[in-house]
Amino acid sequence: MAAGHAPTRAELVEKARDIYDDLDFGAVRRWLAEHPGRKAAGYLPVYVPREIIHACGLLPVGIHGGGDRLEIIRGDAFYQSYICHLPRSVIELAQSGRLDMLSAVLFPSTCDVIRNLSGMWKLLYPDAYVRYIDVPQTPDREAGADFWESELRRLVDDLGAVSGHHPTDADLRASVELYNQTRAMVRSLYAARRERPWDLPSEELYVLLRAGEMIPPEEFIQLAREYLAAVEAEPGRPRDNSRVVVVGAFCEQPPLGLIISIERAGCYVVDDDFLLGNRFLLRDVPLDGDPVRALAEAFVSNDQCTSVLYESDPLGKKRVMQERVAAAGADGIIFATPSFCDPALLDQPMLRSGAEKACIPCIAFKYAENTGQFQQFREQAGTFADSIKLWGAA
Amino acid sequence: MAEALKDRSMLLQKEMLARHFERLARAPETGEPVVYTFVPGNLTELIRSFDALPVLPEINALQSGMRKLSGDYIAEAERAGHSEDVCTYVKCDIGMMRSGNLGPGGLKLPKPDLLLLSYTGCYTFMKWFELLREEYDCPTVMFHVPYQGDGVLEPEHRSYMLRQLREQVIPALEKATGRKYDEDKLRHHLALSAKAEDDLVAVLQAGKNRPSPIDGYFGTVYYVGPIFSAFRGTEEGVEYYRTLRAEVEERAALGLGPITPDGPLEGERYRLVVEGPPNWTSFRDFWKMFSDEKAVVVASTYTKVGGTYDFGFRHDPSDPLGTLADYCSGCYTNLNLPSRIDMICRYIEEYQADGFLINSVKSCNSFSAGQLMILREVEKRTGIPGAFIESDLVDPRYFSAANIKNRLESYFQMIDARRLGKTA
Repeated sequence: MAAGHAPTRAELVEKARDIYDDLDFGAVRRWLAEHPGRKAAGYLPVYVPREIIHACGLLPVGIHGGGDRLEIIRGDAFYQSYICHLPRSVIELAQSGRLDMLSAVLFPSTCDVIRNLSGMWKLLYPDAYVRYIDVPQTPDREAGADFWESELRRLVDDLGAVSGHHPTDADLRASVELYNQTRAMVRSLYAARRERPWDLPSEELYVLLRAGEMIPPEEFIQLAREYLAAVEAEPGRPRDNSRVVVVGAFCEQPPLGLIISIERAGCYVVDDDFLLGNRFLLRDVPLDGDPVRALAEAFVSNDQCTSVLYESDPLGKKRVMQERVAAAGADGIIFATPSFCDPALLDQPMLRSGAEKACIPCIAFKYAENTGQFQQFREQAGTFADSIKLWGAA
Repeated sequence: MAEALKDRSMLLQKEMLARHFERLARAPETGEPVVYTFVPGNLTELIRSFDALPVLPEINALQSGMRKLSGDYIAEAERAGHSEDVCTYVKCDIGMMRSGNLGPGGLKLPKPDLLLLSYTGCYTFMKWFELLREEYDCPTVMFHVPYQGDGVLEPEHRSYMLRQLREQVIPALEKATGRKYDEDKLRHHLALSAKAEDDLVAVLQAGKNRPSPIDGYFGTVYYVGPIFSAFRGTEEGVEYYRTLRAEVEERAALGLGPITPDGPLEGERYRLVVEGPPNWTSFRDFWKMFSDEKAVVVASTYTKVGGTYDFGFRHDPSDPLGTLADYCSGCYTNLNLPSRIDMICRYIEEYQADGFLINSVKSCNSFSAGQLMILREVEKRTGIPGAFIESDLVDPRYFSAANIKNRLESYFQMIDARRLGKTA
């Protein structure tokens, strides 16, 4: 990047892409080398309280598998063919030593596969701190907040022991504030793409967010700010694309080629589930009062409707697709779901029936993170975009 | 196929189930409230204390599998948009409901007055009752049982469960049934549970005998039926387990092997521990592949999904809600992988097994994810070679008899070879 000049959009995207492509986690290793004595903690999708990892002085690192860039040699020996691709790819990363810089790994309550992977990790890597993150599922907010607060306090103590730094309330509050800013930046990026999808291709937004899970949050905020400025300076040209919401890709991530294929087939992605943990909390966490309690209450009062949480409102699943489509000004929904993904696939009939009752056009397909052929997706998405254009307003 | 031989306890169980399903069929007329819930973490004593009748959808699904109906039910659900990749119990249940909701005895099952979502050890349970709620349009109460990620029931998790029982589950049951919570009545049911559990454990541990008078997998899925479903905490349940225990102790005293559908098994040759649920669509054929080789399963993990009584847990009437929380937390699929491996290794040692087999079912990630790691760890710790076969719960498309039989035969040959000292 040329010194003294505002970085161009291409430079920024290239920087993010380099971080995303690097399956040796060079950005994390560089940070550790530059910060002697500090440690890093990994987390799997979907949601973990990154504020606590950060407040304990650890670098939070998103573990999203190796996508289509990693040959699976050891990972397949751990899983049957009917289990999704993500865990075998995560195991491959770990068994090949690529995750050996992580002192702790958190496994959220996304599904039984990730849950059981936590136990496997305990056996495979007994020196690492491993914690299964069981978020509250009760609709009773007070009971849920009390439970979650106790889980978070346990995490503060444990990660503090891992890092050697037990955070003060001021540390925790500072991290909460920083992640409020991170989420606000993600919301800004999503809002900008929603308003001007021709200016912010999802391919670029995606690699930016992936990179953001491997660098300190302050660096991500700076990178995203520069990207938004570059987008303003280099506006794109609107096309007559259909606007779609991509649903179901919240855990195992699609290969970048799939996202590119959808957009090149004539669809603007104006909302999605990619890397959902980045924007799981929809509102700022209050900075007054006890920061751990504030995080706990923010979780239970959050309105995020996702497959990994119990939906207590009987109408919730029916309504959510209509609401998302309306909020994004979308024309239709693409259910893009990882094969063998219980949360996404079990939810899909409920979500799709709600959408179809509201006359929202939908298509569905399945992928794996290592899918290498995109022609069928391009054709499906292209036909879908055309059909919306031809008959959508009828 | 010849008529399966049945002993006294099996006939007793058959009568109990018939009465239960007749009562369920009459519930719309009699006004008896009906509560649907799941086997792991079932709160049967609490449900019974409200004079409500439990319905266990997994039991209905496996019964549909055994009666060769599940294939059509699954197809019905897949036509309605349910993925081929997900749990076949769920699809079988939804297909059954859409096909008239006829239960195991051919009688119509009533609609639930309440879906009691005991979220214990299985992610799919959450979605299953969200899906059923759409079908039945009835109230649902969530009871979140935290997973034993670190291998213990943490005190905060117990408090969380107790609070949900008091503040969510009991009020929901009161509302659904129109009856007040009666703790003495709950204690009464819990005391009956503990009696039956004592007898069940005696039956399970009879597998330590040589020869084993029980099959700890195929036979024991029948033995655990009443206690995993509607009969824990009932007089009928107590009577069933008293009868069963007497039968099993008599067989043990006489040095007899287990009863199989083709008659008593004599000349036990292989003693196995099995991990994972059975296949239900070809259950009898599957069992026969073992019994033909004189292979007896002396202990299994699947028969602990509804409670790990053989490790000491008993429902405790002196702490009625606390004991329900303890019970739920300890169900097999709520245990982490290291705990599961410890349990299997203990079984191999205490039951003097010479083989260890995993039946990995496509439908159930709660069991299946990590089973290849379990296999390696158990082999490493015990020195006992393991076998790995794949099938499904109730989807007949995923039971390949020839393939499974081949694998089993090879495995038994390997055990023979080891005995002869031909391999390391």
